[in-house]
Amino acid sequence: MSTETITYVDAIRLALREALRGDGRVVVMGEDVGAGGGAFRATEGLQAEFGPDRVIDTPISEAAFTGAAVGMALDGMRPVVEFQFSDFLTSGLNPIVNTAAKMHFRQRLQVPLVIRAPAAGGFAGGPFHSQNPEAWFLRTPGLKVACPATAEDAGLLLGAAIRDPNPVLFFEQKSLYTRIRGQFEYDENAPLAGAAVRRSGNDVTVVSYGAALHLALDAAEAMADEGVECEVVDLRVLSPLDFDSIRTSVEKTSKCLIVHEDYPDYGVAAEVSARIVETLFEDLDAPVRRLGAKFWPIPFSPSLEQATLPTAREIVDVLRELAEF
Amino acid sequence: MLPLSHATTQYRDDRGAFLTDAGYWLHLIRAVEEAGRRLYLQGRLPGSFYDGRGQEATSVGAALAMGPDDVATPLIRDMAVHLVRGVTPEEMLRHYLGKTGGPMEGRDGNIHLGAFDRGTIPMISHLPEMLPVGMGVALARRRRGVDSVAIGFCGDGASCGGVFHETLNLAAVWKAPLVVVVERNHYAYMTPEQTYLSVSEISSRAAGYGMRAWRADGNDVSEVYDVVSEAAAGARAGEGPGLVEVFTYRMHGHGAHDSQKYVPPDELEAWGPRDPLVRWRTRAQEQIGWNDAQQTELEERVRGVVSAATQAALDAPDPDPADLGPSLFA
Repeated sequence: MSTETITYVDAIRLALREALRGDGRVVVMGEDVGAGGGAFRATEGLQAEFGPDRVIDTPISEAAFTGAAVGMALDGMRPVVEFQFSDFLTSGLNPIVNTAAKMHFRQRLQVPLVIRAPAAGGFAGGPFHSQNPEAWFLRTPGLKVACPATAEDAGLLLGAAIRDPNPVLFFEQKSLYTRIRGQFEYDENAPLAGAAVRRSGNDVTVVSYGAALHLALDAAEAMADEGVECEVVDLRVLSPLDFDSIRTSVEKTSKCLIVHEDYPDYGVAAEVSARIVETLFEDLDAPVRRLGAKFWPIPFSPSLEQATLPTAREIVDVLRELAEF
Repeated sequence: MLPLSHATTQYRDDRGAFLTDAGYWLHLIRAVEEAGRRLYLQGRLPGSFYDGRGQEATSVGAALAMGPDDVATPLIRDMAVHLVRGVTPEEMLRHYLGKTGGPMEGRDGNIHLGAFDRGTIPMISHLPEMLPVGMGVALARRRRGVDSVAIGFCGDGASCGGVFHETLNLAAVWKAPLVVVVERNHYAYMTPEQTYLSVSEISSRAAGYGMRAWRADGNDVSEVYDVVSEAAAGARAGEGPGLVEVFTYRMHGHGAHDSQKYVPPDELEAWGPRDPLVRWRTRAQEQIGWNDAQQTELEERVRGVVSAATQAALDAPDPDPADLGPSLFA
C-alpha cells in the first residue's frame, strides 16, 4: 500500500503483491514474470518474495498455460496470467473465449481467472506489439474487461479483477506504465465497475478510456481556452459497461465524442454510439462522433505510427465541429 | 452385483470385481448410446449424435483406474467416463435431448457433457484444448494436499493439434500429474490416419517430450485398466506425466449423420470380432466363469435401466430461457 505518488506499473506490482500476500489461492504466471521480473517489470521482486510456486515462469505455450490456468481456477485457485503483449492473446484465444468464457454459462462453474495483457502503441512497436484487441473480448459473452487509464485504477481495478469470480481481461497500457503517476491505496472493496468523470463540463461529452483518455484531457484543456467546456468520462471498465454515467453526461451536454486508441470501427465507440442513438436520440443536438486509430495495422516507423494513432489535435478538430454544430 | 457409485474402487487384486463392474459399464454405455442413436434417427434428438461404438473399453478401463479425487476430460468417444463417475443414464439422455435435469440444463449438449462435482470436465469442441485444463485442476488439487491425477483423452486426429504438443512439453517440464490417453482409432472424421500421422506410433513421441509412454490393446478393458493405472501411479508419485496409446477402432461414423462411405467394408468387418464387449465376455468366461445366465441377467438389467431412463428423459420438460441471462456470470 502506498499513499506516495507511484507509477502505473508500480501500482500494478503493488496490487499483485497485496493479492499474493492476502490470498494463498493467487498465483502469477506467464513468460519472464518470475526470475526476470516481467518484460515491463510489472512483477519485479515478486518471485523473490513469494517463491517460484506462486510466481511461475512458463514456456512460450500460451494455449497450454492458459488452459492450465483455467483448470486451476476451476478448482478454486486465482491465477493471474500475463500475456507478454496483448497481441499474443491470439496464441491462447481458445482457453479464454471458448473454455473460460463459456464455462459458467454451460455448467455454472466459476473460472476466477485474470488475464493481464499490456496493450497500446506509440513507441515504434509495429503491428504485433501495439494492438488494442479489447473489442474481440467485449463481443464474447462471459468475459469482463477492464482498461485503466490512471495509476490508481491500475492498482484498484487489478485487485478487483482478481477478486471477481469471473474471467477478466485486464488491458494494461504500455505507454502509461512509467509515464503517469498517481496515488494508489489498496482497497479490497473496490468494485470492478463504474466510469469516472475526469473533467466536468456542460458543452460536449467525451467518452474515453485507457491511453487515449490523456489525449482527451489534453484536448479538453485546449477547448476550454476556446470557451468550450468538455466533460471527460473515463470508462475504466468496459464490461460491465457503466452506461448510466454516459447517459447522465449526454443528457447534460447533448453532444458526444467517443475516442479510444483502438479502431473506431466495430469496437467500443461503435457500441456506445449505437446505444446513445438508440436511447438518447431526443437528447442529442449533434451526431455522435467516434475517433480512434486509422483502420490498418499499426505501422512501425514513427512518422507512420503518428499518422495512424489518434492525436489530441484530431480530437480538438472534432470537438470544434461538435461545438459549432 | 450392484454397479458402483462415483467413488471408484481400486481393484488391484480383485480381478473378479473389476471384470464384473467393467462388464456393467461396457454394456451400459453401449445401451445408452444405442438408445440415443435410435432417438436421433427417429428425429427426436436435436442436433447431432455421436457415439464411441467399438471403443468402449478405452474409456471404461481408464475411468475405472481413476481415484476418487482424480479428474478427467473425456471427449467424444468417452461418454462412459461420465457414467462411471456417477452421471446417471437418465441425466445423460436428458442432456442429449436438451431437457432439464442434465448437468448443463440444455445450455450445451451431446458430447459436451461434464459433471465437475463428479470429476469430469465438459469439453469444448476444439480438440484437444481440454488436455491442459484437466492438468490444471490436478495441479491445483495437489497444491492443497489432495491426491489428484488428470486423465486427458485425445484421439489420434486431435494429437496433431498444437495444444497437444504444448501440453506434453509443459506437463513434462512441470512434472505434472497428467496421463494422456490417446485413442488410436485410425480416423479423424472422414480422413484416415495415413493422411495426418507422420509416425506409426504416437507413443513414440513421448520420449521427444521427456515423458513415459505405454501402449495397450484398446479393446481389452483389462489391459487398458492396467496401463492407465500404471501411468497414473507414476504421475501420482511425482514421476511426471505419461502418454498411453490405446489401439482401437471407430465402428460407427464420426456422428450418426456420417455413413462411413470412406471406410473399406472389409476393414469394418475385420474389427467386428474384436468388439470390446465380445473381448470382455471371453475374458470373463475364462477368468471368473461368467456364464450365459449372468450375461442374460446383465443385458436385461441394462435394458431396463436404459429404457426407464429414455422414457424419463423424453417426458422431461424443456429448460426455461429465463435461466440463460443469469447463467452468464457468477
